[in-house]
Amino acid sequence: MNKLGYSILYVCLGLVAVFQIFPLVWLVIFSLKDSREIFASPPLSLPEELKWENYVKVWQGDIAVYFFNSVWYTLVAIILTVLLASMATFAITRMKWKLSSFVLGLFMVGLMIPIHSALIPLFKMFLTVNLIDNPLSIIITYTAYNLPITMMILLGFYYTLPKEIEEAAIIDGCSINRLFFRIILPMTIPVMSTTVIINMIYNWNEFVFVNTFISSDEFKTLTVGIQNFIGQYMTDWGAIGATLVISILPILVAFLFFSNKIVEGISASAVKG
Amino acid sequence: MNKVMSNKLMIALYTLPALILIAILIYIPLALTGYYGLMKWDGIGAMEFIGLENYITALQDTKFWESAYHSFLLAIFSALSLIIYLAISLILASKIKGADLLRKIYLIPMLLSSVAIAQLWIKVYNPANGILNSVLGFFGIDNPPVWLGDPKIVLFAIFVPILWQYAGFYILIYYAALKNIPDSLIEAAKIDGASAFQIAYKIKAPLIMGVIKVTIVLAIVGSLKYFDLIYVMTGGGPSGASEVMASYMYKLAFATYDFGYGSAIGFLLLIITLIVTVLIRKLTATDEEIQY
Repeated sequence: MNKLGYSILYVCLGLVAVFQIFPLVWLVIFSLKDSREIFASPPLSLPEELKWENYVKVWQGDIAVYFFNSVWYTLVAIILTVLLASMATFAITRMKWKLSSFVLGLFMVGLMIPIHSALIPLFKMFLTVNLIDNPLSIIITYTAYNLPITMMILLGFYYTLPKEIEEAAIIDGCSINRLFFRIILPMTIPVMSTTVIINMIYNWNEFVFVNTFISSDEFKTLTVGIQNFIGQYMTDWGAIGATLVISILPILVAFLFFSNKIVEGISASAVKG
Repeated sequence: MNKVMSNKLMIALYTLPALILIAILIYIPLALTGYYGLMKWDGIGAMEFIGLENYITALQDTKFWESAYHSFLLAIFSALSLIIYLAISLILASKIKGADLLRKIYLIPMLLSSVAIAQLWIKVYNPANGILNSVLGFFGIDNPPVWLGDPKIVLFAIFVPILWQYAGFYILIYYAALKNIPDSLIEAAKIDGASAFQIAYKIKAPLIMGVIKVTIVLAIVGSLKYFDLIYVMTGGGPSGASEVMASYMYKLAFATYDFGYGSAIGFLLLIITLIVTVLIRKLTATDEEIQY
């Protein structure tokens, strides 16, 4: 292709990149302005001076509580999901039993379910067992709903593990538990880390379960908490911007360090679907 | 060896925790949704069995059909936008410098929550201070529409952030598939005198047809389930102009406490999603995987 052709292509790709990134850059810009400046100066102007006070102000509000709730719900749910998914995937792909493909099917059908269709009964169930407004309802729901996708990412890797490992281990008198926890699980660390990242993105960003099952501010997560916050501070754009930046920062940092894992996980979870 | 690896107790121990969890939290609730749909129920008091009344009401409810229509419109927009994503991927995959970096930049919006995206785009569309109107003003357009307040425009206005959010996802999938096409095929076509456009249209696109079909299913089925973004951006308004199936169900149950009717709508949403999934899979079924 000639030089002109290439330049046109790069301009097109560059415009798409600008479209993808610009709203976020703008968000950071207005998170560093105060209200007076936001409403007096043109939207695209750079801040006169960086108003970090916006961040200090929102962090001293409820945002810190929401933030730590998001952290611990996300973490506990990830550990539960990846452990349970690894165990089930191990039993389905490596052990011998008649119903294994049927059970696998049960998990995979879960990928097609619209979560909203299960919301009302879930609400009623949690109400009955007193788990409404309790973090446990969120954690087990995250775990259950992320199991199918996590298992799907794990599956391919488990199928490719060589049979000889199990044979050798069992001939040496190794138990199933020892085989799984000491030998197989450590071998799956690369694919496990992919599932951890994918789970992190899902759990951190989840909205409808927390919005439905949690009513107290002390148990809310960032995605739901920022909704309230923004409701209270309609016109304080600087504070709203700072809140949104805080809510997306952990994922952006993770992306900076693990972008290859994220790319891997997203494509693995999509193409096979 | 076989004895150890087919130990029933161990198999149960390893699969049951996960199975019980999805049974209790996914499958039983789905069945209950259909059952609650047969009830008159305000969510707190006793349930009263009323047979198929809720389902019949739903089929005659213009609000439900409007929300279904909006969901399907979004599904069609999403499916059409795949053409843009495919075109971008074809350019990216044609041995261009910096393709990896660009692809990662495109992916960033996909990582953010729909709530954050919705809040950000509410600001983008803001009539007084939003960047959209100030960019338009720069080009001399001084009287732009009220993006989220005009019933005729609101659905398109909502679709732009959706386009923005998922661009990187589909580009990533197409790019990965295109990278798998062996160079030798492309080289052969070039020697035969095929233009870049012909190669893209006649060779590359057909070779990744399997992946394209999967993305069509993902785009359409995903759109039928849209909720977070719309719920936060417009709450279904103005006057129902952006209501979708999931948001209508949510409102019925958690805003008007009509849990029986909400369940019926939730069950219809499930059935529609499953039917559409099976239907497009059938329509787009690949006979066999392409071997290079």
